Amino acid sequence: MLELLSYAFIQNALLAGIIVSIITAIIGTLVVSNKMVFLSGGIAHSAYGGVGLAIFFGLPMLLSTSLFCVFVTIIIALASYKNKENLDILIGLTWAVGMSFGIILADLTPGYQADLMSYLFGSLLAVTHDDINYMASLLVIVLIIIVTFYRDILAVSYDTEYAKLRGVKTKFFYTLILILSSLTIVISIKVVGLILVIALLTIPIYIASFYCKNLLSMMIVSAILSIIFTIIGLCISYEFDISSGPSIIMTSSLCALVTFIFKSIRN
Amino acid sequence: MKTTNSTIEVSNLCFSYEKQRVLENINFTIEKHDFLTIIGPNGGGKSTLLKLILGINEVQKGSIKISGQKHLEKIHQVGYVPQNTNINLNFPITVLEVIMMGQNKLKKRVFGYKKEEKQRAYEVLKKVNMDGFIHNKISNLSGGQRQRVLIARALFSNPKILLLDEPTSNIDISGCEQIYSTLEKLNKEITVVVVSHDISVILKYASRAFYINKRLTHHDLTKMKQEFKSIDSNICEIELLEMLGRCRC
Repeated sequence: MLELLSYAFIQNALLAGIIVSIITAIIGTLVVSNKMVFLSGGIAHSAYGGVGLAIFFGLPMLLSTSLFCVFVTIIIALASYKNKENLDILIGLTWAVGMSFGIILADLTPGYQADLMSYLFGSLLAVTHDDINYMASLLVIVLIIIVTFYRDILAVSYDTEYAKLRGVKTKFFYTLILILSSLTIVISIKVVGLILVIALLTIPIYIASFYCKNLLSMMIVSAILSIIFTIIGLCISYEFDISSGPSIIMTSSLCALVTFIFKSIRN
Repeated sequence: MKTTNSTIEVSNLCFSYEKQRVLENINFTIEKHDFLTIIGPNGGGKSTLLKLILGINEVQKGSIKISGQKHLEKIHQVGYVPQNTNINLNFPITVLEVIMMGQNKLKKRVFGYKKEEKQRAYEVLKKVNMDGFIHNKISNLSGGQRQRVLIARALFSNPKILLLDEPTSNIDISGCEQIYSTLEKLNKEITVVVVSHDISVILKYASRAFYINKRLTHHDLTKMKQEFKSIDSNICEIELLEMLGRCRC
């Protein structure tokens, strides 16, 4: 098995997997705690619009998708901050329109024959050095933001109205959490793809929630779990010659199921 | 209108949500050490009034004063306990972390708390009989216990007035009794204002009551008088705050 590590593409995949695991664990904890899972699903699928733009105009994929997702996220944040009653409709619209827009642009691109499935389900083994640099940069940004604003983010996430009374800029932090979620989704596309990214944002957090008392410990435990799932999933993917994204998700889902059964029996 | 000892003075207060008028010409004074309840049906304007005092909603007409000054200048004297239905009950957070949110300005220190901060948290938790739960996860507490933690959070910054919005909604009877007993004890030191629609319990503890309803009719008035008489209460009269002005029954 150790021979695997001698291949450059495996080293890249492993490094990218570990970086993305840490980011998705941190942001996933915020997404789950703030009940933004469905919202993240909408952003994830709208990312396809960014993929379409990149294909059509020949732009760098990560940059184009990031900008598109951030644009969509800011619209959602502004529209939903005060009035959450229509949020479901807004998410549904973003979800469908983003995907349709991306597919139409890909169809209109002359001679384009790339495999769109790789964006839907990930292609971890095809990660490049540029991708890793982008992922590492986002990890540094996420860590700096969390370390600097941990108490504000905690206050906004737990009780927005009270945080506002204490002078916390709640609208800013609500938008910031959403933007970080959208950037996390974009960098996860290579690892697990648009369809499966929600699993990476929720499953390790779900398992950690059984054992953790607070947000910080939940971030740390889910990051460790996520790294373990990614490494195991990657090994299984190589061994059985199956797609890496679904392999990682199935590994973590199985662990979540075992935890759930174990907890149910104990209770 | 009495001004001596008054902590909150509301004069000619009007408020509308877009075109819908909710409060019109509301006038009242809350005195030091009052245990006041604001009662009335859902949608009557109780929570709106509370949010105006807190500065969450902006005053459109009239004025609110706290200790004789504009309410926003003295807002640090007010502790607030929101409705527990607005809070994510399964959120991963400890009692200590919740209490620390009660600081007037959130400290920029990232992780962990200073010894004196922990000491203060312990003191306020002791006031609500929750000092043994400081390291517990909030979602593992009962509804009544959780609400007492939120009261402790409001006490962290040493307020002179405590405002509570429906503190007993979705809480069982024994939990309600514990919450009101705690408030009764706290009322020896501070003014307590409780918004509630559960008049059968709150009127046993409150010393004054405001009834607020934007569409109060004579039929409602008669019905309320009868209901009020049937309750074992410390209150001699209920003051009515409504669109037509202010009267007593």
